[in-house]
Amino acid sequence: MRAQMGRTIEELMDADPRLAVVLADISNGYFEGVAAAHPDRVVKVGIMEQTAVSLAAGLALEGFIPVCHSIAPFIVERPFEQIKVDFCYQRLGGNFISIGASYDYGTDGMTHQAPGDVPILCTLPGMEVVVSGTPGEFDALFRESYADGAPTYFRLHSQQNAADRPVHFGRLHVEREGSRATIVVVGPMLDRTLEAAEGLDVGILYCTTVAPFDGETLRAVVGDAPGHAVILVEPYYEGTLVPEVVRALRPAPVRIEAIGVPRRVLSRYGGPDEHDADLGLTADGIHRRMEAFLAAAPSM
Amino acid sequence: MSNATAHIDRLMDLASGDEKHDPSTRSTLDVLWVLFDRVLRYDPHDPRSEGRDRFLMSKGHGPLALYAIMADKGFFPADELTRFLTWDGILGGHPDRSRIPGIEVSTGSLGHGFPMAVGVALALRAKRVDRRVFVLIGDGEANEGSVWETALLAGSLELPHLTAILIDNGSSTRPLGDVAAKFAAFGWAARTVDGRDHEAIYRALTTPDPVRPAIVVAEIRD
Repeated sequence: MRAQMGRTIEELMDADPRLAVVLADISNGYFEGVAAAHPDRVVKVGIMEQTAVSLAAGLALEGFIPVCHSIAPFIVERPFEQIKVDFCYQRLGGNFISIGASYDYGTDGMTHQAPGDVPILCTLPGMEVVVSGTPGEFDALFRESYADGAPTYFRLHSQQNAADRPVHFGRLHVEREGSRATIVVVGPMLDRTLEAAEGLDVGILYCTTVAPFDGETLRAVVGDAPGHAVILVEPYYEGTLVPEVVRALRPAPVRIEAIGVPRRVLSRYGGPDEHDADLGLTADGIHRRMEAFLAAAPSM
Repeated sequence: MSNATAHIDRLMDLASGDEKHDPSTRSTLDVLWVLFDRVLRYDPHDPRSEGRDRFLMSKGHGPLALYAIMADKGFFPADELTRFLTWDGILGGHPDRSRIPGIEVSTGSLGHGFPMAVGVALALRAKRVDRRVFVLIGDGEANEGSVWETALLAGSLELPHLTAILIDNGSSTRPLGDVAAKFAAFGWAARTVDGRDHEAIYRALTTPDPVRPAIVVAEIRD
């Protein structure tokens, strides 16, 4: 996905004179072409993410559409207040693209992990959050939303699904229908969730825009299903979308199983596959959680 | 208080409720007066005009002097000062750009406006807009790490149209030492003036360096 980011930005920089890039010493090599072609619109600030975000807001004040990029903990958690104050409070649009989702850099320890990036960004009014499942989806979703006047976070994963879906910003994609429960699965969790759901009579909604969440489609799909059972499968801290599910379906009660990264300090060194296995976020692990949840369903 | 700002002082008397920020307000009065009276190019009736100079009140604290001067210069009616800090007013304890005509950025949390001003300066250069960017920071604000990130960054950029003003009224918990020398070491054109001396302030603000960003340390010792 990182290579796709470079290609997408390069094409858009040529086409849209409003676009500007602010880099904080990460992925510089992916932007060498645009830096050479558009030196006035590519700023390499160095390792100073707070200043990177504030500087980007200054560009936005003057009509530019900034793109800030770094590893997730450094572009979200460290300059969180800059995103809140300099973009949300000022009502400025801009884009933040991260690599290093959750524990993609799991061999580098917890300093380089950020499974909490999406939950904290969802606390910000007006913040948009996009988690694409493939490079092609990132390209489509970025082009659709980068200039929409809102601050938008794009979370790039090293793990990805095998095939693109016809995704649109702000919309859930109906992957399949089912009657016992509705699964809302986010970004790169789709393929393993499809494998986990084999043989189960469950609907699957594919989510690539976490905020604003498409409660309308969820309500339309779940509305008539018995028991109002929803299973969330998220690639960041588990349960982040629970408030959105409750909001979409209220006042009806809803049973929710929230599968995702548990809130634990992760001290083992390992790649994302190893952490997934440890945390039960494999197809087998997700299948077991689904079966247990469905088996515990109250009779209607 | 100089004779030149006596009428601003009377305008400030229309407002009350932010006494804890009184030293912060008083410390900026003369610099802001010189800026708005003699240096900045702006049209209060078209405050977002592309042809304006940009002024960012990075520290945000103690904005009453700024409000009074902006009222005096016609950005909004002076009676708005009587609604300072009230539900029906537009003038808060820290300025909000969405409420107050002429306010470039909403500030209050320290260390934000300074790096934003660098972004504005880069944007003007990219747009080929020949206007200046002024940003006011406080010495207390200079405790924030982002101030020094920005000092390092901007000192290495060729931004002669960027001028920072640091109001040094001794409010930093930790002594800053020779703050002008510190900025100079990062590549800024730095000078120190008496923050009550209007002519010295004016000369410092109107003689930018041909290449480097400038910082004017305005000392307040009263």
